[in-house]
Amino acid sequence: MPGGGGAKLSLQMVTNVDERSVNNLSAIPKEEYLYKCTSACAGCSSSLCLRYVLKAAGPDTVLVVPACCTSVIQGIYPGTAMNVPVYNIAFAAAAACASGLSDALSARGKETNVIVYAGDGGTVDIGIQSLSGAFERGTNFLYICYDNEAYGNTGMQRSGSTPLGARTTTTPGGKRTAKKDLDRIVEAHNPPYMATACSAYPLDLYKKVKKALSIEGPKFIHILAPCPPGWRYPTEKTVEMGKLAVKTGTWILYEREFGKLSINGPSKAAMRKPAPLEDYINGQGRFKNLSPEIASEIRQQVERNIQRLSREEAGIC
Amino acid sequence: MLTIGTGNKAVAAAVKAAKPGVVAAYPITPQTEIVEQLAEYVTTGELESRYIPVESEHSAMAACIGASAGGVRTFTATSSHGLLYMHEMVHWAAGARLPIVMANVNRALGPGWNTWAEHTDAFSQRDTGWLQVFVGTVQEAYDATLMAFKIAEDERVLLPVMVNLDGFTLSHIMQSLETVEIGDFLPAYHLPHAIDTENPCVYGPMTGPADYFRFRWDIERSMRDAKGVIADVEREFAERFGRSYGPTEDYRCEDADVIVVAMGTLGKEAEVAVDRLRDEGIKAGSMRLRWFRPFPDLDLSGREVVVIDRDYSFGFGGVVAHSIRSKTGIVPYSVIAGLGGQEVTYNDIADFVRNRHPGEETWFGVSDHV
Ligand SMILES: Cc1ncc(C[n+]2csc(CCOP(=O)(O)OP(=O)(O)O)c2C)c(N)n1
Ligand code: SF4
Ligand SMILES: [Mg+2]
Repeated sequence: MPGGGGAKLSLQMVTNVDERSVNNLSAIPKEEYLYKCTSACAGCSSSLCLRYVLKAAGPDTVLVVPACCTSVIQGIYPGTAMNVPVYNIAFAAAAACASGLSDALSARGKETNVIVYAGDGGTVDIGIQSLSGAFERGTNFLYICYDNEAYGNTGMQRSGSTPLGARTTTTPGGKRTAKKDLDRIVEAHNPPYMATACSAYPLDLYKKVKKALSIEGPKFIHILAPCPPGWRYPTEKTVEMGKLAVKTGTWILYEREFGKLSINGPSKAAMRKPAPLEDYINGQGRFKNLSPEIASEIRQQVERNIQRLSREEAGIC
Repeated sequence: MLTIGTGNKAVAAAVKAAKPGVVAAYPITPQTEIVEQLAEYVTTGELESRYIPVESEHSAMAACIGASAGGVRTFTATSSHGLLYMHEMVHWAAGARLPIVMANVNRALGPGWNTWAEHTDAFSQRDTGWLQVFVGTVQEAYDATLMAFKIAEDERVLLPVMVNLDGFTLSHIMQSLETVEIGDFLPAYHLPHAIDTENPCVYGPMTGPADYFRFRWDIERSMRDAKGVIADVEREFAERFGRSYGPTEDYRCEDADVIVVAMGTLGKEAEVAVDRLRDEGIKAGSMRLRWFRPFPDLDLSGREVVVIDRDYSFGFGGVVAHSIRSKTGIVPYSVIAGLGGQEVTYNDIADFVRNRHPGEETWFGVSDHV
């Protein structure tokens, strides 16, 4: 299988043979569609994810980006770090803009990938109406929400996706309500494909993007994207933070194909025996001085989520 | 083909002839018939287009933006609250230099809920960079919609066009309608900056003050050039189809001492008032303002002017009256009338002229001259 055969050969395997056989980072195409000159913060995982998303999608792709960190990461006119067309659009409008674009391209006989790359705020809050509309209409596109659990662009205010207890600039005492369950909202639209991913597992992300793009209709990928300034951890710990989110069961990697759930790779083990939650929480300044009650509620939320997904996967309802 | 139809049906028929690749639409009274009729055309195959039944007007305009940038002709229709709901995207469409055509069926704004004619909805979008034309008849609704695509898509313009027609008093009334075989009047859609994955570009990224400022100036330059393009297209339309239009429709203005300026259906009503006044020996004329953006150069020198505004800018005045004043230096008699569908007859308009008080403002039926 690919991997050992050198970049060129692997590349051919990636593009010509079985996309799912990519099981080694070196098999990911070397072409870059997001250049190194981005204006992302040091240790930014959402830009890392974008890099892998675009490698999976390839050059015949248009990215639709609402207001978010990714609008900044691209660079300032006339410079750009992007090597695919990017259509920047207003905060609430990404999924609707992608609807029009997807229909226009198909009317012109093109099979170009249309991918929305939106933050959590642009997805779970202001953009949820257009997201819901586009999914209900069966728009042929891939919607990716990279979730840094706050409004990064405007300086880390809370979003609906900020977890319980997390301090942001508008929840200085810690957020008092739970993270909105975006995935269950999207699931209610019965998309043919949806998945979660995490920046610390780029190969998993890469494969999911490939698979999503092979399916007709509205697809959704929700990526947990740790953010050093927002979560308040040292920049070099970005990968570690993502891994801890998965290993503690706080973030569960799965796919849902035509409704059928399958838990992926590292999450299988994590759900059987999660790492201590403290490993994840204690490394982040945003969770500093959590009250024991909130800490216990966070723990219960994680457990409930693990149980719910385990039972569903096992077919117990 | 000679037929009869409503203003809404006329717009839909023109859109069918223009063959947009994408129609994105959301219903709102009194515009709904347009999007229903287009859905019907698409379902029966009379119009080969993608019809996107969006979940809001904000999304309607966002979808038009995506589609237009994606390389196809695009249309939507709205009214009143729908127009205001899409306001953010109305700006975006012009800033992105997309030749989207939108019909706006002019209607009042809540509260209270009022579905009748008023122009405040359109005027609230006057600084967005859209061209705005106001029509007065069913035939004109058809003709202006067809021309709108050609004007918007002209490379000297590349700005969106809003075709305004009065709610109910035009959208729902029947008049004769002559539809045309458009032939090659509308060339194939060509957007020089359409999205192309072979030539990847970034659209609308962060832009510093110097470049941003240049882009704004570019919009204004195109607005100015649009005057010539509008004239060219209207001339070509007249040559091909025999109906001619201009920035205003002037009626018995040549020798007039007093000219009534109004827009939409009130502008047509004013023509009847002019005939009555002439019978009484008052040398009146009527100038129906068709284009509001770009605002035409008007020659009203040496005349008295009565402006009827079916709109209001609170704390300031009638939008049209003040536009006339600032563009011509003439201080008109400003009549605010017809808000929320208030009935204004030709007799009322004749009265405005008979009882005019230059420099003053009156709210018809509500206030005296102030
Ligand atoms: C209508 C509107 N309201 C507010 C803003 C300001 N704004 C820009 S980006 C942003 C937050 C984006 O947060 P998210 O979607 O999570 O993306 P991130 O910045 O975290 O990548 C806000 C509030 C805006 N651009 N438009
Ligand atoms: S704030 Fe976070 S998500 Fe935004 S660019 Fe910085 S690290 Fe990336
Ligand atoms: Mg965010």
